[in-house]
Amino acid sequence: MFYREAGQFKTSYAADMAVFPLREDRIGIAAILLIAALVIPLFGSGFLLNVVMIPFLIFALAAIGLNILVGYTGLLSLGTAGFMGVGAYACYKLTSAFPGVNIIVWILASGFFSSAVGALFGLPSLRIKGFYLAVATLAAQFFLSWCFIRLPWLVNYNVSGAIEVPTRTLFGVPVTGPNAEPATRYLVVLGIVVFLTWIASNLVHGRIGRMWMAVRDMDIAAELIGIRLLPTKLLAFAVSSYFCGVAGALLVFLWYGSAEADVFGIDQSFLVLFMVIIGGLGSLLGSFLGAGLIYLLPIGLRAFLPAIGIDVQPSTVEHMQFLIVGSLIIAFLIAEPHGLARLWQTAKQKLRVWPFPY
Amino acid sequence: MLKRALALGLAAATLAAAPLPAAAQDGIYVPLFTYRTGPFSGSGIFIANGMRDYLTMLNERDGGIGGVKLLVEECETGYDTKKGVECYEAVKDKKPVMVNPWSTGITLPLIPKAAVDKIPVLSMAYGLSASADGNRFPWIFNPPNTYWDGLAMIIKYIGDQEGGVEKLKGKKIGYIYLDAGFGKEPIPLFEQLAKDYGFELKMYPVAGTEMQNQSSQWLGVRRDRPDYMVMYGWGAMNPTAIKEAVKINYPMNKFISVWWPSEDDARGAGPGAKGFKTLNWHAVGANFPAIQDIQKHVVDKGKSQSPKEQLGEVLYNRGVYNSILIAEGIATAQKVTGKKMVTGEDVRRGLESLDLTAARLKELGFEGFADPLKLTCSDHNGHKAAFIQEWDGTKWAKVTQPIEPMAAKVQPIQEAAAKDYVEKNTGWPKRTEACDKSS
Repeated sequence: MFYREAGQFKTSYAADMAVFPLREDRIGIAAILLIAALVIPLFGSGFLLNVVMIPFLIFALAAIGLNILVGYTGLLSLGTAGFMGVGAYACYKLTSAFPGVNIIVWILASGFFSSAVGALFGLPSLRIKGFYLAVATLAAQFFLSWCFIRLPWLVNYNVSGAIEVPTRTLFGVPVTGPNAEPATRYLVVLGIVVFLTWIASNLVHGRIGRMWMAVRDMDIAAELIGIRLLPTKLLAFAVSSYFCGVAGALLVFLWYGSAEADVFGIDQSFLVLFMVIIGGLGSLLGSFLGAGLIYLLPIGLRAFLPAIGIDVQPSTVEHMQFLIVGSLIIAFLIAEPHGLARLWQTAKQKLRVWPFPY
Repeated sequence: MLKRALALGLAAATLAAAPLPAAAQDGIYVPLFTYRTGPFSGSGIFIANGMRDYLTMLNERDGGIGGVKLLVEECETGYDTKKGVECYEAVKDKKPVMVNPWSTGITLPLIPKAAVDKIPVLSMAYGLSASADGNRFPWIFNPPNTYWDGLAMIIKYIGDQEGGVEKLKGKKIGYIYLDAGFGKEPIPLFEQLAKDYGFELKMYPVAGTEMQNQSSQWLGVRRDRPDYMVMYGWGAMNPTAIKEAVKINYPMNKFISVWWPSEDDARGAGPGAKGFKTLNWHAVGANFPAIQDIQKHVVDKGKSQSPKEQLGEVLYNRGVYNSILIAEGIATAQKVTGKKMVTGEDVRRGLESLDLTAARLKELGFEGFADPLKLTCSDHNGHKAAFIQEWDGTKWAKVTQPIEPMAAKVQPIQEAAAKDYVEKNTGWPKRTEACDKSS
């Protein structure tokens, strides 16, 4: 009923191949964007913007990056946090060396450093696969973590080993640093995330995306039909790391405001990997849903229990959160191994024929 | 089906109608950032209990401070910077009068925010050492001494053992530290002192994820044979380091830590830990009228999460000391402004005028608990002396008189670091906050 494509005729190939072929979907996306761009910054509280929306969008971007690698190309990576860190530190070095250049330019440029590092650690991917590749990327994670702790040059020889984000402005309005309004930072994050999601969508729906998926489904077959494996895999590593790098730069510059090396530890890598798996491998929508579930669920739980009048110690909530999130992950994976994105697909299909399922 | 829908609807309605917690209550809002979970909980639980119990006691016994109740709320950070920042954002809108981050990692991102949000940060003897400079950091307070003071006192103590700091020439001093903002903080001073006094400095960093596995570091210690070992550790790092030191037969009386190890940390290593030394600036034990009051009004009434026998342990008392500063900051703010309901701006003034004299300590029920402390507009720290205490197998025993930090060595490096911080953060606001003369 809600998804009835009756009466929507496609008159061109382009319309038939569109990312959102249904009018309802297009209306939905427009509504979501409108709410995200207007309603939330206008009416959202500082808490909603700072603690809920900004990190959610940043993690969604990191999840898209990892999804390109794991979901679309089938290369398992555990180095996500390391690549995010490269982006963050690159952005910090760039903006301290050239403070005059707009910070948005540096955030987007820092992804290229991450790309280069990602491609370097992607080199073994031609020879090793599956779990072995995961171990190789784990080495990348440890190596990069080590660099962040041990190379004082990365933090401009700061005694405390932390990077502190200076104030940078865009059209005279501060976007980073303590004086930046949450709404400004949110809009910048939203803009970058929407823009990069659009790029990612075009990549995965086009020739490059099909190359990646061919490699994922069977690399020998892909090679036989003329796809060169090494450039394809390296491209996947580079693009994936670019997204992660930008996410890392956003994380430090527009959310934390300062960062220690342990922000980019192995647990962060696992967190993003969980988001991708729960959300749905090989789905951009899944990246958003996964980030939403993994990141927002604990915050929701923390707010939920006091709201229904149960007064519990914060530490108890912390313990319960582990229990609940853990069991939810298992439950989700049993109920729908293809993740939240597939659940949404199923729901859409059901809505289409509702209320007459036959 | 209909029934289920009805039940769901009912549940949703009750949810929506449920009253919002505490927000409407009247009082001074004091959030406490604590960690009762994670690898640092071994230290964090004592601190959390100490801080919370003293403030609860003030509420129970006196009805708050100056007749205004304190709204104490804990936020669990797990010593994780991410969660700490989240806690800060969550409490910010409820107008807290100050925040106590209890982690150097969480303090650092809050430093630039404090002036903007008008919330003072009280990072008691941790955080950015340079923030002791009140002219440059009007919103940050880190009394009673910095990590640099701590190191200077330890080196001075070692010098005394050898018969004067000049005798340190040619000696080897090892430094085992948590490889995070906290442990890195004293390194510049350490290197400076090594150059000035001619001792050799050996560093053994312990990564935050490897706290419970220090065998490689202590293997290094065994190979290098330093004459003294200095430790800056926290959480699970402390008991592991003490155990490893005992295991390699390191002479414990030459193993000196900054003020963070607890009784449990030393006890876990068995009788071999006897002689292990730490710095401290306040008394241990529960023989103070105020702590007896905590027992009477809070613990006995079941309002504390602390077991009775932990009252008076070193980190519990540290938490109490932190809460004395919170309470005195608020009380002084009430005195300075004449208002009862104080805000973050008032408490900043209160902390700058803080004067914890011996008489005042006695009045609070803490006679002889700690040295008097006086903060000023330019000095947000006090740089107070601390003493060395030794583990005798069952408890900490004070073994020295208070040792003055080497101001001549620490002051220039603090000045340089504060200047450097301000320069690196272009656009760092100049101090515009007026200074109260009344103190």
